[in-house]
Amino acid sequence: MDDLLREFLTETNESLDVVDVELVRFEQDPNNAAILGNIFRLVHTIKGTCGFLGLPRLEALAHAAETLMGKYRDGSPVTGQGVTMILFTIDRLKEILGDLEGAGAEPEGDDGDLISQLEAMSIAADAAPAAAPVAEKAPAPAPTAAPEQALERALRPGEVSLDELERAFRETEAEVAVAPLPEVAAPPVAPEAAKVEAKKPAARPAKAASAGGDDEIEGVKGQQTLRVNVDTLEQLMTMVSELVLTRNQLLEIVRRHEDSEFKVPLQRLSNVTAELQDGVMKTRMQPIGNAWQKLPRIVRDLGNELGKQIDLEMHGAETELDRQVLDLIKDPLTHMVRNSADHGLEATEQRRLAGKPEKGTIKLSAYHEGGHIVIAISDDGRGLNTDRIKKKILEQNLATEAELEKMTEAQIHKYIFAPGFSTAAAVTSVSGRGVGMDVVRTNIDQIGGTIDLKSVPGEGTTVTIKIPLTLAIVSALIVESAGDRFAVPQLSVIELVRAQQNSEHRIERIKDTPVLRLRNKLLPLVHLRQLLGIAGGETLDETAGFIVVTQVGSQTFGIVVDQVFHTEEIVVKPMSSKLRHITMFSGTTILGDGSVIMIIDPNGIASAIGTDVSTEVNETEADSRRGNERQLISMLVFRAGSREQKAVPLSLVTRLEEVAVDKIEQAHGRHLVQYRGALMPLVSVSGYMELKSEGSQPLLVFSDSGRSMGLVVDEIVDIVEDALNIEVSADVPGLLGSAVIKGQATEILDIGHYLPLAFEDWFKRKEMRIEALTRKLLFVDDSPFFRNMLTPVLKAAGYDVVTAAAGSEALDILKGGDKFDVVVSDIEMPEMNGFEFAEAMRADKRFATTPVIALSSLTNPAAIERARVAGFHDYVAKFDRQGLIAALKETSNEIAQAA
Amino acid sequence: MQTTSDDVTEYVTVLIGGQLFGLPISRVQDVFMPDRLTRVPLSHPDIAGVLNLRGRIVTAIDMRIRLGIAREKDAKPAMAVGIESRGESYGLLIDSVGEVLKLSPDSREQNPINLDSRWARVSAGVHRLEGQLMVILDVDSVLAMGGEQLAA
Repeated sequence: MDDLLREFLTETNESLDVVDVELVRFEQDPNNAAILGNIFRLVHTIKGTCGFLGLPRLEALAHAAETLMGKYRDGSPVTGQGVTMILFTIDRLKEILGDLEGAGAEPEGDDGDLISQLEAMSIAADAAPAAAPVAEKAPAPAPTAAPEQALERALRPGEVSLDELERAFRETEAEVAVAPLPEVAAPPVAPEAAKVEAKKPAARPAKAASAGGDDEIEGVKGQQTLRVNVDTLEQLMTMVSELVLTRNQLLEIVRRHEDSEFKVPLQRLSNVTAELQDGVMKTRMQPIGNAWQKLPRIVRDLGNELGKQIDLEMHGAETELDRQVLDLIKDPLTHMVRNSADHGLEATEQRRLAGKPEKGTIKLSAYHEGGHIVIAISDDGRGLNTDRIKKKILEQNLATEAELEKMTEAQIHKYIFAPGFSTAAAVTSVSGRGVGMDVVRTNIDQIGGTIDLKSVPGEGTTVTIKIPLTLAIVSALIVESAGDRFAVPQLSVIELVRAQQNSEHRIERIKDTPVLRLRNKLLPLVHLRQLLGIAGGETLDETAGFIVVTQVGSQTFGIVVDQVFHTEEIVVKPMSSKLRHITMFSGTTILGDGSVIMIIDPNGIASAIGTDVSTEVNETEADSRRGNERQLISMLVFRAGSREQKAVPLSLVTRLEEVAVDKIEQAHGRHLVQYRGALMPLVSVSGYMELKSEGSQPLLVFSDSGRSMGLVVDEIVDIVEDALNIEVSADVPGLLGSAVIKGQATEILDIGHYLPLAFEDWFKRKEMRIEALTRKLLFVDDSPFFRNMLTPVLKAAGYDVVTAAAGSEALDILKGGDKFDVVVSDIEMPEMNGFEFAEAMRADKRFATTPVIALSSLTNPAAIERARVAGFHDYVAKFDRQGLIAALKETSNEIAQAA
Repeated sequence: MQTTSDDVTEYVTVLIGGQLFGLPISRVQDVFMPDRLTRVPLSHPDIAGVLNLRGRIVTAIDMRIRLGIAREKDAKPAMAVGIESRGESYGLLIDSVGEVLKLSPDSREQNPINLDSRWARVSAGVHRLEGQLMVILDVDSVLAMGGEQLAA
């Protein structure tokens, strides 16, 4: 195949993709002349080039389609039928192009069927009363263009817009001229593939559309781009990977030789390599929109087939990611959008009955977050049918009824990712064939991504996918187990814990299962050497080692290794096909010292540990989320200032520290200590700072939003798990009251009192407190710190408190049937803010009358007004604790009176 | 197979457990000393490990284990023959490398029917040489074997 034809194929395929998308847009917005102009121009270009290259079938088809579009451009009413017809034509064009690519020549065949239909429509369009011509925008066509002459004009396309055809020729000419060039210019960077060409506006639909018809000139001055063969880029990437490896090796050597004269030039080499790596990675980056391009058409066709009205919204199409990753997520994305359209959205009739807009919406969004890209696919459909999933789980014996009982809805929903799971009652041509979400999950897992699902009955489903930006070079932690080194991808490592006998981090066993107590949670552990069967003859040292705390999706577990070295940027090399069956590894890499090591696949380890882990962890999570006060609360018991035992909820304490007394400094009459690179104020319980005279001073560190405060204590007594029952509430500032802990009267400290002592503005963002009878209160705040703090505070005030970490979660709890007397909600929350939450509550009859109190640091009149409109009964500034108590009291009184 | 104008095939000869084997020279990329072999936990026993050969990652296959030849107590694989297959690099660990022989098909015979099945699967025939026999190693079968056994 000659270069000219190949170039034509690439370009035409691209143009047709654009036409696909634009046509769907056009159908929705038939009066948008700019879109039509763009489509018309693209098809015209294709036709012109086909004529030039001697491809009669393509030319005839493009011509017929163009004729019909010409009618639309002249003001004939646009029909869905017509657009469908043109889309069919586009499909046929693609088919022929496919054959052309394979065979190098246009295949035999007859397109009379399509052409005659298109012609019939053109004639019908003529007959239809012509609407006001939309001609103002279109590139002023040749003088002969007038509605009455449409038929004749269509037969002589050259007349329609001569400049168009000229442009087609101009471009073709340019390529003819350039085509032989690569051979000559082969030695530079990109061999055979580089062909300079002004990027056509065709490839940038958005721009072309906004610029309307006058973009012919733009074709020339558009951004300069270079078309490079993908293989060339891949090769370049491999070379850069090698360079990175060599650089690492050199660095390793120089590290061993102090004062090497290579140091400086090597540093320079290192920087250049890093930049080069960045640059090459960038060439591999593509906007995610490329993977979405086909979706509007798919959704449109689905809508027609299923008789649903579907709106597809796409946000963040410009978000870039590695093309390797892009290729891998294309199919899962398409599948999920199909799923949303088919199962997610209800039929028009049902939607109307449910009081929703008839048109269903599928929303796709993408954004960057850390080294990840997050893609969300959401619909406003019926949500997942939990009962049906349960039934299916039982049918397929994936879990027992008893197990199901214990699961949260979210856990049950996760089963849709189980192999062979499809809940569609009827198998449609669209989806529901049983190969579904499990394939999606497998694909996502393969690239080290995670998938999460959130569904609200009647309101829709959101699937969130989090995937790494690139797979080629990742940062990894190098660990050692049984004498072998392994790389653990940094992205899944949360923290490192050193386990030692007698330290607070001690490996314990429940039967044969090793676990670690980590900040009041049990972390399941797995010994890497056992998992990999490399334990050898030596007995496992049960008590010491390093624990790599790893997170995969919602699972958290610890991998026990013997040694932890540094982190290194490693180049991921695919594993040999002979090793690919080992799920514990995701690849191999070459370290700086030249040795090959295996890359641990956290997903593989997670599944090896088994599903038990995930259930366990999820339950703990769910429990802590609900914050049900009947649950046991871990209290940290200590002494400070006086003999009486004091306690705070352990979950509030970020860390227990001991600092050397001589490290405590004074400034502005306050005690400070340098802590993790910042100054941390110290506060004492009694107000009078009694520091130890020598040795080290124990501190309780409290942190929130990057700030830390140290509470000076004399001695830490114990950690006690007990139901917190504050029996005597106190009026003393700083005390919530007294409770019996382990048979001893203990003062429960109100940390809320001490935080502002350290930072006066601590509560500018978060805070609260209350007073009431035993009434049920739902507290919504996104900060775990304030949620945890509030439970004892409100308990002290006599409320039965349930907490929620987000508006959506709170709504779920409300819909769960629990009756609440009052709801207190934070305003500044991610996803659903307090206003939206209150509005959502008001919209539901069941809790429209439940009083809601807003808590916010925003106290300007506008915010207060907004809150009133949203349906909040009262609005309390976050730092106004007395105000909140008063507000709660008032609400209680109102209710009491009303009752 | 890899024939020259006179229908002569060139073989790289290697010794594995005292037996002479021949690999078609066109399939042999290089011969190297395996250095710093990293074992791969959970892999098939005949996978000796992976190693770095000039920036490429090579999967080493222990031919003794593959052929069911007992390992001598202190014998470390002294040499490896580098082979490419479907874009991947492999190294066959052998005892030693001999000379390159040009052999005409005349001296080539079918596998004896009573040959150990493990050997028969990787052997493409036998050449009668003076004083000894040379088993022709079918490289693709050697590499395919791992897959079969895994699947089984």
